[in-house]
Amino acid sequence: MEFIRNYPLFTIVLSLFSGVLCYMLKPAAAKIYTLVFEGLLIGMVGCVLFYVIVTGQPFTYVMGEFPAPWGNEIRAGILEAMIALLFLIVEICSISAGHRFLVIDMDESKRNLYFTLVNLMTAALMALVWTNDLFTGYVFLEILTLTSCGVLIVREIGRTTLAAVRYMILNLLGSGLFLLGVVLLYDLTGHLLMVPMRQTIAELARDPQVLPVLGVAVGILTIGLSIKSGLFPFHFWMPDTYGWASPTSAALLSSLVSKAYIFLLFKTYYRAIGIDVIEQLPIRNVLLVLGIGGIVVGSLQAIHTNNLNHMVAYSSAAQIGYIYMGIGLGTMAGYTAAMFHIMAHAITKSQLFVTTPRLAEVSGGTLKFQDLQGAGLKSKVAGLYFTLGAFSMIGIPIFAGFSSKLLFALAAVGQGSHKKIILVMLALAVSSMLNALYFVMTLIRIFTPEGKLEKDDLRHHHINYHLPMVLLTAANLMLGLKSDLVVSLIERGLSMFG
Amino acid sequence: MKNRKKLFDKLYNVVAVICCLLLIGVLLYTVARLPHYGEENPRTVEVVERYVERGVEETGAVNIVAGMILDYRAFDTLGESHVLFTALICVLILLGKDEKNMRKEFDSYYTVEYENYHKLAGDSILRLVGYLLLPCLFLFGIYILLNGQLSPGGGFSGGAIMGAALIIFAAGFGFETVDKVFTEKLLKTVTFIALTFYSFAKGYVFFTGANGLENHVPKGIPGMILSGGLILPLDIAVGFVVACTMFGFYSLFRRGSIGHDHTFMDQQ
Repeated sequence: MEFIRNYPLFTIVLSLFSGVLCYMLKPAAAKIYTLVFEGLLIGMVGCVLFYVIVTGQPFTYVMGEFPAPWGNEIRAGILEAMIALLFLIVEICSISAGHRFLVIDMDESKRNLYFTLVNLMTAALMALVWTNDLFTGYVFLEILTLTSCGVLIVREIGRTTLAAVRYMILNLLGSGLFLLGVVLLYDLTGHLLMVPMRQTIAELARDPQVLPVLGVAVGILTIGLSIKSGLFPFHFWMPDTYGWASPTSAALLSSLVSKAYIFLLFKTYYRAIGIDVIEQLPIRNVLLVLGIGGIVVGSLQAIHTNNLNHMVAYSSAAQIGYIYMGIGLGTMAGYTAAMFHIMAHAITKSQLFVTTPRLAEVSGGTLKFQDLQGAGLKSKVAGLYFTLGAFSMIGIPIFAGFSSKLLFALAAVGQGSHKKIILVMLALAVSSMLNALYFVMTLIRIFTPEGKLEKDDLRHHHINYHLPMVLLTAANLMLGLKSDLVVSLIERGLSMFG
Repeated sequence: MKNRKKLFDKLYNVVAVICCLLLIGVLLYTVARLPHYGEENPRTVEVVERYVERGVEETGAVNIVAGMILDYRAFDTLGESHVLFTALICVLILLGKDEKNMRKEFDSYYTVEYENYHKLAGDSILRLVGYLLLPCLFLFGIYILLNGQLSPGGGFSGGAIMGAALIIFAAGFGFETVDKVFTEKLLKTVTFIALTFYSFAKGYVFFTGANGLENHVPKGIPGMILSGGLILPLDIAVGFVVACTMFGFYSLFRRGSIGHDHTFMDQQ
C-alpha cells in the first residue's frame, strides 16, 4: 500500500494533536505553528488529490485492524480531496488576513486558545470530509459545533455572546435532530458505516411498510443539518453570527463550517441512503423549494439591512439556497453545480468577510452604510479586494460566481420537468438582479468620495494581508476561467463518490 | 405597532405548539413502525453478533462496551475525548479573566464576592464530611477507572468521580489548599500529555491496522486487570483529562481562573 494513503489519517490525528499543542504554546508561536502546520496539511491533501486523480480510484482506509462493517473507516476520492484542499486554503488565508483584527479583538493572554480552536476545527472539518461512517460524522459534528461557538465568543462583547448563545442553541438542536436521524437509520439497518447501510436500505426500500419510516429518518436528519447550515427558513441566526464575529471567525464560519454540514448531508444522501431511494422520497423537491426561497428571501433581506456585514451575511443565506437548489434538482448536473458553488462561495465569502472590517475601520469603526461613504477610497486596497469579491457574488463573467450560475442554469435545463426549469430560471434571474442591486449599491457608496482623503496607511497592509487576498482572488479567477477543468474533476469525483 | 407584536407573539405560540404536536405525532408513528425490541432480525444483527460473540477474543476486554468504543470503533472515541477538551477551551475563553472582561469598575464587586467564597469554605459540616468522604471518593474513582475493561465504567465515569471529589475538596477546604497541588500548569501538562498519548497511541494502531502491520500491543488475558490491550492506558488518560476538566470548569465558574491567580491576588 502506498504511503500517500495514510495522509487522510494524518490530517485528522495531527490536527487534533496541534490543537492540544497550541494550548501549551505562547500566542505568537501558536500562530506561526498553525500557519506552518496548515501549509503542511495543504501539501498532504494536495498529494492525496494528485494520487486519486492519477489512479482514478477512490481508496478506503481501515481505522485499526477491524474492517467494515465492524470498525471505522475513512475514504478518499477526488471530490473529498478537492473539498478538503479548498477548506484548508480558505482557512489559511482567513487566519493570515484576519490576524490583525484578532489582535484587536482578543486579549493577549488567551490568543493561543483561538489557535487551539482553529486546529480542532481543522480536525473536525477533515474528519467530516473523509469519514465513511455516519456516527463518526456525528462526533466530529459536535467538535465543529463547539469550536464554531468558541471562535464566535472571542470578541467578548455583548453582541457576540448573544449571537453565540443563539447559534449554539440552534446548532445543538440541529445536532440532536441529526443524531435522532442516525439512530433511526441504525435501528432500521443495524449499520453505521455508510456503504453497508446503503446496501441494507436498498433492500428495505422495496417494502412499502418501511419507506415512510425511512422518510422520517432522512427528513429529521435533513432538518438537523439544514438548521446548522442555515437553509431558509432557518437562516435568521446568520446576520448576528457573521455580522459581529471577529473577521477570521466570520470567514471560517460562513465559508467552511456551513459548507461542511452541507457536504456531510450530501455524502449521507449519496453514500449512506442512496440516490435512488432519495428519489422515491419527496425530500428533493422540498429542498429545491426551500433553496429557492432562501435565494429570494436572503437577497431581499440583504437589500433591507443597513449594515455591511449583515448584508454580506444575508447574501450567504442566498448562496446556501443556491447549493440546496442544486441538490434539490436531483440530477448529476445539479450536484456538480452544487459542489462547484460550495467552492466558489467559500472562496468569495471569506474574502468579503476579511475586507469589510478594514472598510469599517477607515470610516470610524462603523459598518452602517451611511458612514461607509468613500471607504473604498480611504482604503483603496480593501476597496479593491471587496470589489473583486462583489463581482464574483454578482456573477460577472471570468469570476467564479458566473460559472456557478451558468452551471445551475444548465443543470435546470438538462432535467426533464418544465416546472423546475421555469422555477430555477426565475430564481436565478431574480436573484442575479437583486445581487447586482445591493452589491452595486454598496460599491457606489464606498467609492463615492467624501471629505478630504487621507493617504491610505499602507502599514496595515503588509504581506500577511496581501498574499492571502491575492491567493483567494487567483483561486476565484481560476474557478471562473478554468471552470471546465474543475467541473470535469467534480464529475469524475461524483462518479466515484457512491 | 404594539398590537401587531402582541398578535405576532400569540401566533408564534400557537404555531410552535402545532409544530411540536406534529413532530410528536410523526415520531410516535415512526416508533410504532420500527422493528420491535429484542426481535431477531437477520438483517440488522450482523455487526452486533460479531461484537458479542468474538469481542472478548478480539479485543481482550471482558466488558464488551469498552471493547467496542475503544477498539472496534476507537476513531469515534478519539473524537469524543477531544470534545471535552474543546469545551474546556471555550469556557476558558468565555470565563477566564483577562484585561478585557475585568474592567476597573467591577473590581470592588469581585473582591467582595471573592472573600465571601472563602468564608463559605470554612463550613465545618462540609469539612467533616469531606474528611470522611474524600478518600473513599478518590479510591472509588480510581477503581472505576482501572476496571473499565472488566466491568461497566472506564475513563469518562471514573474521571467524573475524581473530578467531583476535587470539587468537594475545593468547596470544603478552600481554593488555597487545592492551589498548593493543583495549578493551571498542572492541568495544562496533564491534559497535554494525556491527549497527546491518546492521539498518538490510537494513531499508531490505526496506522498499523490499515497497513497490515503487527502492532505489538499485548492483549493480555481477558478477565485480568492487565488486559484489553490499549484500553487500560487509554482509560487512564481519558480519566485524567475528565477529572482535570471538571475541576477546571468549577474553578472557572467560581473565580474565573484555574489555579492561583497572581494578577488578582496582587490587587488585594
